[in-house]
Amino acid sequence: MTERRVDEETGVETTGHVWDGIEELNNPLPRWWLWTLYACIVWAIGYTVLYPAWPMLSGATTGVFGYSTRGAVAAEIAAHDAQNATLTADLVAADLSALTAGDPLHRYGVARGSAVFRANCSQCHGSGAAGAPGYPNLLDDDWLWGGDVAAIAQTVAHGIRNDTDPDARWSQMPAFGDILNPEEIGSVVAHVASLSATDAIPDAAGAVLFSENCAACHGDAGLGNRDMGAPNLADAIWLYGGDTDSLTQTVTQARFGIMPPLGQRLTDADVAAVALYVHGLGGGE
Amino acid sequence: MTSTSLYAPRVPIFPRRVSGAFRRLKWWIMAVTLAIYYVTPWIRWDRGPALPDQAVLIDMAHRRFYFLWIEIWPHEFYFVAGLLIMAGLGLFLFTAALGRVWCGYACPQTVWTDLFILVERWVEGDRNARLRLHAAPWSLRKMRLRGVKWSLWLVIAVATGGAWVFYFTDAPTLLRQIAVGQAPLAAYASIAVLTATTFTFGGFMREQVCIYMCPWPRIQSAMMDADTLTVAYRDWRGEPRGKGHDRTDTTGGTLAKGDCIDCMACVNVCPMGIDIRDGQQMECITCALCIDACDDVMARTGQPLGLIGYMALTDAPREQAGQPPRPVWRHILRPRTILYTVLWAAIGAGLVYVLFVRAPLEMTVSPVRNPTYVVQSDGAVRNIYDLRLRNKSGQDRPFRLTLTSDDALSLALEGVEGDTVTIPADTTTLQRIYVTATARAPAATAHATPLRLWVEDVDTKDRASTATTFNGRVQ
Repeated sequence: MTERRVDEETGVETTGHVWDGIEELNNPLPRWWLWTLYACIVWAIGYTVLYPAWPMLSGATTGVFGYSTRGAVAAEIAAHDAQNATLTADLVAADLSALTAGDPLHRYGVARGSAVFRANCSQCHGSGAAGAPGYPNLLDDDWLWGGDVAAIAQTVAHGIRNDTDPDARWSQMPAFGDILNPEEIGSVVAHVASLSATDAIPDAAGAVLFSENCAACHGDAGLGNRDMGAPNLADAIWLYGGDTDSLTQTVTQARFGIMPPLGQRLTDADVAAVALYVHGLGGGE
Repeated sequence: MTSTSLYAPRVPIFPRRVSGAFRRLKWWIMAVTLAIYYVTPWIRWDRGPALPDQAVLIDMAHRRFYFLWIEIWPHEFYFVAGLLIMAGLGLFLFTAALGRVWCGYACPQTVWTDLFILVERWVEGDRNARLRLHAAPWSLRKMRLRGVKWSLWLVIAVATGGAWVFYFTDAPTLLRQIAVGQAPLAAYASIAVLTATTFTFGGFMREQVCIYMCPWPRIQSAMMDADTLTVAYRDWRGEPRGKGHDRTDTTGGTLAKGDCIDCMACVNVCPMGIDIRDGQQMECITCALCIDACDDVMARTGQPLGLIGYMALTDAPREQAGQPPRPVWRHILRPRTILYTVLWAAIGAGLVYVLFVRAPLEMTVSPVRNPTYVVQSDGAVRNIYDLRLRNKSGQDRPFRLTLTSDDALSLALEGVEGDTVTIPADTTTLQRIYVTATARAPAATAHATPLRLWVEDVDTKDRASTATTFNGRVQ
């Protein structure tokens, strides 16, 4: 330590450090400021003891509190589930068709179903539920297997044409390429196209072939049959396309869209919730 | 010779009691500001059954801010931003005109420190008694006095922290919860933290907060200039200073001395522990107590008052030349202060205008663009819109939704029969609506058709509308 010296110009004590004749003045910090530094160091050491901190050969110290971010998330999810336990039980027990839009349980179901949909359904039906060729649009008013909330829940739970759920909805259109010749298929396609287009020319031969081969499932007027998932051919909506090429391919080779039984993956509450959500997208019956 | 230290211990300050005009003003300001702080949460304001009846309430849980008849929603946060800007400009204005008046009179650190010093003086006596007690070794008497003082400080600190939490929830309910130990953890934690800071800052840190912790003293010099009125010592009048017996020379003749009798009254009353005679200093909070102290002495020695007083630096040469200072308004009315005032008033007028024209109902429209349109089985084309309907009144309201468009478009509400939906009091509701164009309508195949959505309060006929577009089926 050096001896005290006061700078004449400023009247301030110097530290005694001199560089090329320039002296360093000493305007001391308050001592409590130093204490706060020590307190921070003590705090930091305590923190590293209580929380995960020190890197070791494998992993890091876990800390006295045993805290982990994964554990915190798990605890939050558990707390969330516990908080919603009553609503979840109510949702499973509820008559979904009796729930109205203002009902808190309905609101909860739709909100929960929205999350379930994005995680489990949007891969095929799209995040906006507008579908794609072969994957039905869930926003419109056309339903292959029924559009009331119970029918939707049934479809979600058991799926369509899958081998894993004995209660899956099942129907299969024959591949008419083995039954009819290409000319006959052309006539049937022309007739089917005329069902929904008022300006198309009726095909008499096609109409006869249709009533012999197709009407059993699709009905004489082509209005379809929900009991066997037979599409309505007289409306403006085509799952696989309504142009001649698409229709020819459908009739010749048939279609076989599969939906997995989501009831095997989701809880009953999640199925009910996603049914409520889909029902409320605009096409619900 | 001792060695230098890079750290300095706090030198305790024992401000002496003083009386005078500025001390009286400070008592009044302290009483009024503390009363506002402690009483405000307990004022009731009837807003009907659906809304809280606390006059000033920051309701974090429900994201509402209530101030008397005004209710602020989160999307109206610009009111808070505007008020903060006004507070900032107000501070600039006062600092430019009158120096650190905020620090000296109204800052919570100053007000609470003043209150703590009042308690200290009441328990331990005035400056000299406190100095003696400070120097005395620990004894039963010293322990008793310290114990009483700290207990009273603690009571004030708890009351301060306690009052704070009442601003954030219904005060009577929370007080009952605190009394029976059922209040939320956040309430106890807030009270504990604010009690600790009030106790420490008001009792032990005091001027250290202003000098070392507060950024304001360092910023303020940018707002001050030579015309700013600050507390100053008129050294040309006071110097050379000298005590009474210094004024006579060895032969009994009077020496030419200044008015300052070096009685140290100004230093002894200073809560910041500085000597104002050294000129303007960063530590000075312009509390003006030295003015009171010096005027008292000047009156007793029969000299003119104002050896220490509010003064603008630009007046110093005039006063030295024996001329009167320029009038106060000449110092205050400057381009700088006028600019601050104009900006402050403009923002205030803007906020008041917005406050009075805002509607009790609001609607925001987000058209669903995933997908842009939906074809129905009859060939009709439908667009989906998510409406956010806000009912800002205290009653449930039936809102009727309609649309206007050049084309024939129909409107339907999800989950609701008809065109009217009831929005509960003081809530926002998300309502999905469907706008449909029949297969043959031009809008069904047009790229975009403009339309306007309307929401009308069936009871009050208040209306709001938003323009949006309808997307047709584009082949």
